[in-house]
Amino acid sequence: MAIDTTRVQPIEEIEPFEVAEEINGGDVVLIDTREPHEYQEAHLEGGKLVPPGLLGDEIATAAPDKAARTILYCRSGNRSAIAAAQLQRLGYENVASMSGGILQWQEQGLPVVAAHGMTPEQRERYSRHTLLPEVGVDGQVKLLNAKVLLLGAGGLGAPTALYLAAAGVGTIGLVDDDVVDASNLQRQVIHNTERIGMPKTTSARIFIEQLNPDVNVIEHNGRLDASNILEVMKDYDIVVDGADNFPTRYLLNDASVRLRKPVVSASILGFDGQISTFVPFEGPCYRCLFPTPPPAELAPSCSANGVLGVMAGTMGTLQANEVIKLILGAGNPLIGRLLLYEALGTTFTELKVRRDPDCPICGENAAEIPESEMGQFPDYDAFCAGAGGDRQSIA
Amino acid sequence: MATVRIPPVLRPKTGGQPEVEAGGGNVGEVLRALTAEHPETSEQLFGEGGELNRYVNVYLNDEDVRVLDGLETSVKDGDTVVILPAMAGGAS
Repeated sequence: MAIDTTRVQPIEEIEPFEVAEEINGGDVVLIDTREPHEYQEAHLEGGKLVPPGLLGDEIATAAPDKAARTILYCRSGNRSAIAAAQLQRLGYENVASMSGGILQWQEQGLPVVAAHGMTPEQRERYSRHTLLPEVGVDGQVKLLNAKVLLLGAGGLGAPTALYLAAAGVGTIGLVDDDVVDASNLQRQVIHNTERIGMPKTTSARIFIEQLNPDVNVIEHNGRLDASNILEVMKDYDIVVDGADNFPTRYLLNDASVRLRKPVVSASILGFDGQISTFVPFEGPCYRCLFPTPPPAELAPSCSANGVLGVMAGTMGTLQANEVIKLILGAGNPLIGRLLLYEALGTTFTELKVRRDPDCPICGENAAEIPESEMGQFPDYDAFCAGAGGDRQSIA
Repeated sequence: MATVRIPPVLRPKTGGQPEVEAGGGNVGEVLRALTAEHPETSEQLFGEGGELNRYVNVYLNDEDVRVLDGLETSVKDGDTVVILPAMAGGAS
């Protein structure tokens, strides 16, 4: 007959705030008695993982000193109480279990370490992303750390910003020098009636901050030109081109090739849209596709010719999709491909775009342009003239 | 006959038609058939010397004719010729 030599000893249970005080006082061994996937999601700082099934094997490593103050916690306080009793039987002299577990700890606003830099709120918010194998927690962290510059906070920029913000792209820069106008609201869905007259960058920031507090919005309330574009772009990973005029598109292209930044470029007019992704030196650039801008009579603008509002949404969300794929490194971006969408017939057409070996910007001889000419962009003025004179607003 | 896809900016010159059927043995002939039918498209497609304007891209099916044989590229019945000028609309 086996003899039970252990004495039945009540375990000590302490509240989360008491645990916090003891941790602050030092000299505490903190043991997390949950499963690894729970621990990964969130745990107390300094907590050592010892799953219940491995307690006998691993506790000696995690808590070698049986005389030391040892506090156990789990999700809600049950598993840690059982484990505390086991440790007492193993000879641990000063064991406590945290009542209510990490749930109560968090309810009281005490801090946790979320694995991979995501807080529990973020894991909840982005759970439909992290369930996707193509995204996962690592991909979501990439999104949270990504910095994307949107050129234009208007027709294309609005839906792009909306979905990038919802997706948790951590830094979104917005370049626009215009204010919200009533005629914008048929398609520029991040602005609203109350904000008519407000700078678009500010209106967009208000919208994004309400949608997702994880996003840091940087307003560039002005217009890009050769003197500032490199400085504005240099801190971003990806640029989204939704500009409404050719000088800005060529300028952006030249700067992006110089800085080797990918550009997701789309344009819309009427019921038609175009989109492509330009990754410098990996695929063609905008000048390889369109070496010369058309004359003004062949380059109408949305403001003069109209655009179906939902076209902005269709093409803007396609841009957001491209950006997210580039950040994740997933799928096949539209590199070397131009996708045309025609909304009246609901047709998509894909065309091949090839690198031009004679391209003045990304062609074989482009590297010979000296550093001192950065920002000067050879023949830029000629392109401005070719596009019909004065630079238009990019707003 | 080939199908020529007309970009939005040229549709006023084709009576609003987004697609036009045009015959010809190569891309140049197909485009000339288009300009014969819709003369106003001519000055926007071709320069004074009869060459294709540099700001207009033309594709046979999905391939840029610049990497094929240009206006000499052969066209078969049922092919699609896409006329594609750059568009810049977006933000305003």
